[in-house]
Amino acid sequence: MAEKQYKVTAETGIHARPATLLVQTASKFNSEIQLEYKGKKVNLKSIMGVMSLGIGQGADIVISAEGNDADDALASLTETLQKEGLAE
Amino acid sequence: MTFLQGIAASNGIAIAKAYRLVEPDLTFEKKEIADAVAEVERFRQAIATSKKELGAIRDRAQVELGTDKAAIFEAHLLVLSDPELNGPIEDKIQSEKVNAESALKETADMFVLMFEQMDNEYMKERAADIRDVTKRVLSHLLGVQIVNPSMIAEEVIIIAEDLTPSDTAQLNRKFVKGFTTNIGGRTSHSAIMARSMEIPAVVGTKTATEEINNGDLVIVDGLKGEVHINPTPELVDEYRKVHEEYEAQKVEWAKLVNEQTVSADGQHVELAANIGTPNDLKGVIENGGEGVGLYRTEFLYMGRDQLPTEEEQFESYKAVLEGMNGKPVVVRTLDIGGDKELPYLELPKELNPFLGFRAIRLCLEEQGIFRTQLRALLRASSYGNLKIMFPMIATLDEFRSAKAILEEEKQRLISEGKKVSEKIELGIMVEIPSTAVLADQFAKEVDFFSIGTNDLIQYTMAADRMNQRVAYLYQPYSPSILRLVKMVIDAAHAEGKWAGMCGEMAGDETAIPVLLGLGLDEFSMSATSILKARSLIKNLTKADMEKLALTVLNMQTTSQVIEAVNSATKQ
Repeated sequence: MAEKQYKVTAETGIHARPATLLVQTASKFNSEIQLEYKGKKVNLKSIMGVMSLGIGQGADIVISAEGNDADDALASLTETLQKEGLAE
Repeated sequence: MTFLQGIAASNGIAIAKAYRLVEPDLTFEKKEIADAVAEVERFRQAIATSKKELGAIRDRAQVELGTDKAAIFEAHLLVLSDPELNGPIEDKIQSEKVNAESALKETADMFVLMFEQMDNEYMKERAADIRDVTKRVLSHLLGVQIVNPSMIAEEVIIIAEDLTPSDTAQLNRKFVKGFTTNIGGRTSHSAIMARSMEIPAVVGTKTATEEINNGDLVIVDGLKGEVHINPTPELVDEYRKVHEEYEAQKVEWAKLVNEQTVSADGQHVELAANIGTPNDLKGVIENGGEGVGLYRTEFLYMGRDQLPTEEEQFESYKAVLEGMNGKPVVVRTLDIGGDKELPYLELPKELNPFLGFRAIRLCLEEQGIFRTQLRALLRASSYGNLKIMFPMIATLDEFRSAKAILEEEKQRLISEGKKVSEKIELGIMVEIPSTAVLADQFAKEVDFFSIGTNDLIQYTMAADRMNQRVAYLYQPYSPSILRLVKMVIDAAHAEGKWAGMCGEMAGDETAIPVLLGLGLDEFSMSATSILKARSLIKNLTKADMEKLALTVLNMQTTSQVIEAVNSATKQ
């Protein structure tokens, strides 16, 4: 299992467009991908799951991936987060 | 012939046959099924068909409405692919052996409820998205045709309970001449869409879908907010005339877009626009606005769950300043409280919110919020002609405190090496009678006044403008109000400053002649009123209006004033 921690830097947090981007990216992979925030875990391929967390600026989040393309998935998600200036 | 009164949401007159865009019957029974595998397959088929349909709608929206408006369908498509929605539905079909319709409905309802219960406006709206998507899938499961407005091939007026984003995206402008809905207000989604598509619309009629049948002849009067059903031929003729006049008038007005606003005797005044967001700039430019006289920054703070950051604000202010290309932009600092609430600030409820902790009073107390906004404004100042004004100033001390904070932030930014314009004018809204009365003293320290008549009238008359029973006291033409306005304008001019007005009154046909006579320098109104006002002022002689103003100031009642203005402006 691959796992990585981030700090959300986006001023708007993970809402609307950022959520759409993350879900679209995660959905490209076979691995099970989870997003954890404040002890709550949701499926990162679920737009409703991601939005229900209400992640704001400064939040500490963990993304974990399990499956044959777990490492690629995590790398790709990290790239999306950084490229869009969402988290570091 | 029947008549419905609604809310005028988008200007213009439309006359055409009714086309009811009414919900199809999506009722079904919860059933036990024998073949769960086949049922899951049926569900997947419905999802696939829905995706195809939504994809087509999105593409169409992209072309007709732009990428911004199409984004919503991108989100809808993701909901259709959401494993947390589809997974439980398929599980439910298999484990409970229920039909796909009920599995879908029950699962989706759970999510709708979850989003509706969130204490965040943005999240609450997501509930509507889920409903919209569910309806589409359900219609395919049931084999019911969702009304398909994109198939309309003759001129129609759309009749609906409300119009969802996917409904409006499918409307073909060539055939859809107007619409009317049961619910909604001037700022509801359907109204905003109607204005951006320039289709006449009346919303909030309450009973349009009950009263109007398919094929009825309907008149939508988007100027007055009226809907006439099966009108008499005489009324149709009358409205055709109104329509032609309105269109002809628009053509006439459009010729004035690039002209300055000058009275018949050559006196120039500035006609500016009131805006709420950078998106409103398009309208300002198309209607020949000579500036922005009131940028209501509240909208940046509303419809969200937290304060906007300095960066977000900076981007908006910069966009407006750049968009106006050097023309003046008067930004009003945060005016929250009264009828405008910000749930996330968790301010205590007040018995008298209009007389309470609002606008500058709140900003001087919650300085963090105020300073963030001022910094964003100061940083944006180098991108155009910025003027800042403080709302709800009642005393000179308040103005001095606010100015001191602004100066502090300015110095701080400069020491941080940020660029700040040296020529930012600083003014106040005059909406409290104490300030109007003491305007001569204020004028020594401010750079300009902008008279906010909506509040000035309610405070002067001591009549809550939200209370229908005292609505008769909302009298902009009352000599008492006009005298206050005169005091403010005269005070400004005595100190070589300028005076503007940004309430409803500034765009009012009856008020404009008097205001011109009183020497008002800047009139700020909704963008769509500008050309009309310009054409009116072109035909007025300022010298005559000065005489008119002197006369009406010494009248006794509002009705006398109206009469005097009417007879003075009728040629």
